[in-house]
Amino acid sequence: MLANKLVKALPPTASITVVDKDDDHDYQPGYLFISLGTSTPERVRRSRKAQLSPKVELVMDQIVSVDPDARKVTLKGRTLDYDWLIIATGTTPRPDMTEGLTDERIWRKSAFDFYTMEGSTALGKALESFEGGRLLVHVTEMPIKCPVAPLEFAFLAEDYFRHRRMRHLVDITYVTPLDGAFTKPVASKRLGGLLKDRSIRLATDFAIERVDPEKKTLVGFDGRELPFDLLVTVPTNMGAQYVIDSGLGDDLGFVPVDKKTLASTKHERIFAVGDASNIPTSKAGSVAHFSVEVFIDNFVEAYEGKPMTHAFDGHANCFIESGRGKAMLLDFNYDTEPLTGTFPVTTIGPMSLLKESRLNHIGKLAFEQIYWQMLLPGRSLPVPTLMSMAGKVPAEKTKES
Amino acid sequence: MPSNTIDGYTFAVNDEGFLTNREEWSEPLAQVLASMVGIGELTEAHWAALRFMRDDQAKTGVTPTLRRMQTQGKFDVKQLFALFPGKPAKLMSYLAGLPKPVGCV
Repeated sequence: MLANKLVKALPPTASITVVDKDDDHDYQPGYLFISLGTSTPERVRRSRKAQLSPKVELVMDQIVSVDPDARKVTLKGRTLDYDWLIIATGTTPRPDMTEGLTDERIWRKSAFDFYTMEGSTALGKALESFEGGRLLVHVTEMPIKCPVAPLEFAFLAEDYFRHRRMRHLVDITYVTPLDGAFTKPVASKRLGGLLKDRSIRLATDFAIERVDPEKKTLVGFDGRELPFDLLVTVPTNMGAQYVIDSGLGDDLGFVPVDKKTLASTKHERIFAVGDASNIPTSKAGSVAHFSVEVFIDNFVEAYEGKPMTHAFDGHANCFIESGRGKAMLLDFNYDTEPLTGTFPVTTIGPMSLLKESRLNHIGKLAFEQIYWQMLLPGRSLPVPTLMSMAGKVPAEKTKES
Repeated sequence: MPSNTIDGYTFAVNDEGFLTNREEWSEPLAQVLASMVGIGELTEAHWAALRFMRDDQAKTGVTPTLRRMQTQGKFDVKQLFALFPGKPAKLMSYLAGLPKPVGCV
């Protein structure tokens, strides 16, 4: 999307090269649905090259390191020079960062991730043959990509077992390092309530020390032990290895940037967009999308040697599938907590915020097509980039929050 | 913004009782707060963690996470759990007069 937009925004003399390790572009929100048997690997995966403007060169290779002083990127097969470098290598789940998790007795046998094609496919098979017992839905540490996905998994798994008439055989616990179901207090309250309504237990403030593959338990630093028959975990999320190896990242390998312009705080010719940066908002597709809109304007100014005049506000907006054919919609930014009220969408009409509705569920499903047809080619969406307060009510002011 | 007063110290707090102005913090105040939350006498090991937190926050503008305490400060996470039982990240930032570390969003 970024490259496709830049082609149009920059003068024709600019040459744009995208480096990626393979030609597989996945619709990542689809992983969740693969694990629950409502989508397939074939449906979420398409060719990268086919999504890119023919004016953009695609180099398929592994990035080894970046030398910001020499402005060079070393790949496995060759070296590329750059005038401007935009890092967009996202986050990587690192199950290897938790002791015992990748032990062959449990990994992808009774302990699964679902943010990868392999993980979600393997989990799908395990769920099919699951006969009941203790299911832990676990978040290792923050930040994680798409922070609502594990909650959605808990809600949808509950629904899944209910449809298979075996809900009474499954004991579901949502395990989080946070002190509530979600990071933002208002949303945490609503979502926590929803967990209770579905008889899903909540274990908070759980800092995991290790997994005991023998006893099949999560062991916390505070001594708590949580046994599982099926573990669905979100491993530690880190930036790409070459970012870490090149010294461009923070403790977790995310590139420190100015949160308004996305320019690296250390190197003036480097920017980081999407999940790869350390901006203090959700690592979510919506953020990547909204931030890129602002970024393009800024980048063109920087490219022309002018000061950057546009500021990203941290706008995030996520659908949360809550099962039973419904979904919630969250909308927030750096400074504003999630709001209730309605979200303006031209042509479709307002969608309710922080409240379950059927329309939100349909919106979430429709987004898959919007993603391929409008987002990636760089077309504009009928929603505002910066957060607008139209139709929204701060949650504490509404009666039923 | 509400403020709390204890033993002659007055400081602005948020609705969870965390100090909102790091300049209103002092070591004696940290000791008073530690007694209140049941940690008792702060030892050199406690102080090492709290000082690291304050120094690091002064540099970066954000309260360090447990991971950062481990990777940058070389603290043993298990020991931090022993020193500040239950919720070390929360307790440490509370006692260091810093905002609660938001594990991002």
